[in-house]
Amino acid sequence: MEAIQQLFEQLFGTEWGIMLFTFAKNLTLILAIIVPLLLGVAYLTFAERKIIAYMQIRVGPNRVTFFGIPWLRGWGQPIADAVKALMKEIVVPTGANKYLFILAPILTIMPALAAWAVVPFSPELVLADINAGLLYILAMTSMGIYGVIIAGWASNSKYAFLGAMRSAAQVVSYELAMGFALVCVLMMSQSLNLGDIVTGQQGGSMLNWYLIPLFPMFLVYFISGVAETNRAPFDVAEGESEIVAGFHVDYSGMAFTVFFLAEYANMILVATLTALMFLGGWLPPVDITPFNMIPGFLWLLIKIAFLLFFFLWFRATFPRYRYDQIMRLGWKVFIPITLIWIVVLGLIMQLPESVRNDFPFNLWF
Amino acid sequence: MNFQDIIFYVFSAILIVSALGVVTSRNPVYSALLLVLSFITCAGLWLLLEAEFLAITLVLVYVGAVMVLFLFVVMMLDINLARLREGFWRWFPVGGIIALVIVAEIALIMTGSYFSLEEMPVPEPKGADYSNTKELGRLLYTEYVYAFELAAVLLLVAMVAAIALTLRHRDDKKSLDIAKQVSVKKDERLRIVSMPAEKKD
Repeated sequence: MEAIQQLFEQLFGTEWGIMLFTFAKNLTLILAIIVPLLLGVAYLTFAERKIIAYMQIRVGPNRVTFFGIPWLRGWGQPIADAVKALMKEIVVPTGANKYLFILAPILTIMPALAAWAVVPFSPELVLADINAGLLYILAMTSMGIYGVIIAGWASNSKYAFLGAMRSAAQVVSYELAMGFALVCVLMMSQSLNLGDIVTGQQGGSMLNWYLIPLFPMFLVYFISGVAETNRAPFDVAEGESEIVAGFHVDYSGMAFTVFFLAEYANMILVATLTALMFLGGWLPPVDITPFNMIPGFLWLLIKIAFLLFFFLWFRATFPRYRYDQIMRLGWKVFIPITLIWIVVLGLIMQLPESVRNDFPFNLWF
Repeated sequence: MNFQDIIFYVFSAILIVSALGVVTSRNPVYSALLLVLSFITCAGLWLLLEAEFLAITLVLVYVGAVMVLFLFVVMMLDINLARLREGFWRWFPVGGIIALVIVAEIALIMTGSYFSLEEMPVPEPKGADYSNTKELGRLLYTEYVYAFELAAVLLLVAMVAAIALTLRHRDDKKSLDIAKQVSVKKDERLRIVSMPAEKKD
């Protein structure tokens, strides 16, 4: 690393050399996050099709293989899908607003990828270790809605527009509950830095994870996360039985695939954040020998995979919510629960030390 | 000129162009989107001032919530552009006066003795462990707690007022009672009839 920096300094002068070196280093690190993420997205689609297939007593994709190896049947499916999408024509409808039509998928995927900048994968492994990490994540995820709205409007189609309207109202309402659930997390950890939030859950076993004192918040956050990503049972924005495919009904080829990628990237992001904030991130469930030998990064991956399985499980199990029920759940159930929990948490934090130690909550404070 | 200056000038240029676009664009959806762009570039400029909490909150609140609802409304309105431009010259003097007042106010602040560049130099760069958010929170909840609470109450009153103004009671309104729906028992809805099999004659 030092040698490369010196090379840059010799080539471009001291000041510019350091600038360009930082730029090149960050670009490499960004690629090191994005490329595995996109691979994960590709194989998440495969996992979804396989898992739902088995839940419905089918086999799922089992044709495409790598180099004809029989036990890898189906594993080439994501690659084949990607190639197919790349080859397809991107049809822009006649009445559509051309620029915004192309801009919409870009605006959807951009925040889904940008939010990964502050996600810590292990104590040292983080691209940008900023103090306001949690806020940054909230800001980035709240921007994802623009792609959906613009896609709906630019398509110049009633179905797409209805889907966009539904999605906008839904995402804005669930963002509130999500934000309040995160306020509870940061009250517990006293920090907005995601790394500090995970280290705050350290202490020997999974009893120290925020999952236990904040269990209602965990449920609220995870369910809001499902709603935010427009996944079943909250996928009224797509609603193929009423409005065909919602906001992306007019998209084809790679433009459609980018929407798809963004949805799955957002799923992985929500699962990762839930794992970091409630399930102790890279910490092992019990801090004894066989468990703490496994590197933290792997623990995080296991937790993410576990939570992602829930996303797929939900989709295979639950029927779609009716629109007014979605709104009721967001505004009349989740927001009151989170508000009450914030007050309860604040009161417990204000208790004097001696009382707090006799309290069952002394485990966590 | 170092790297930060370049970022500053690039962001400022984008901000000015997009802000001009907001008022000159013919399509209101473009205007709203350009306003989003100017908020984001503005947040970038604030980050250069090490005001990361304010910058991220600007994106979170204005870009993530306020402008979404704005776009929502603008897209649903059927705006007739010709009608919109009809009274342009009639209202030009009023708009011009308002613009002049704003320019005068900005000039007063920029040239006044309290806010001049000498009085307000670039803040000293803080260490990596300095948290802007923590400092703001400490000040808001100690020194400025009354002002803060007053603002909160004001917003709450505005919110209640907005709901009260739009809430209309109708007699023929239909609504669901979820608790009733959930507590329904099988016997209330379902009647099992026992009847002999019918024969086809």
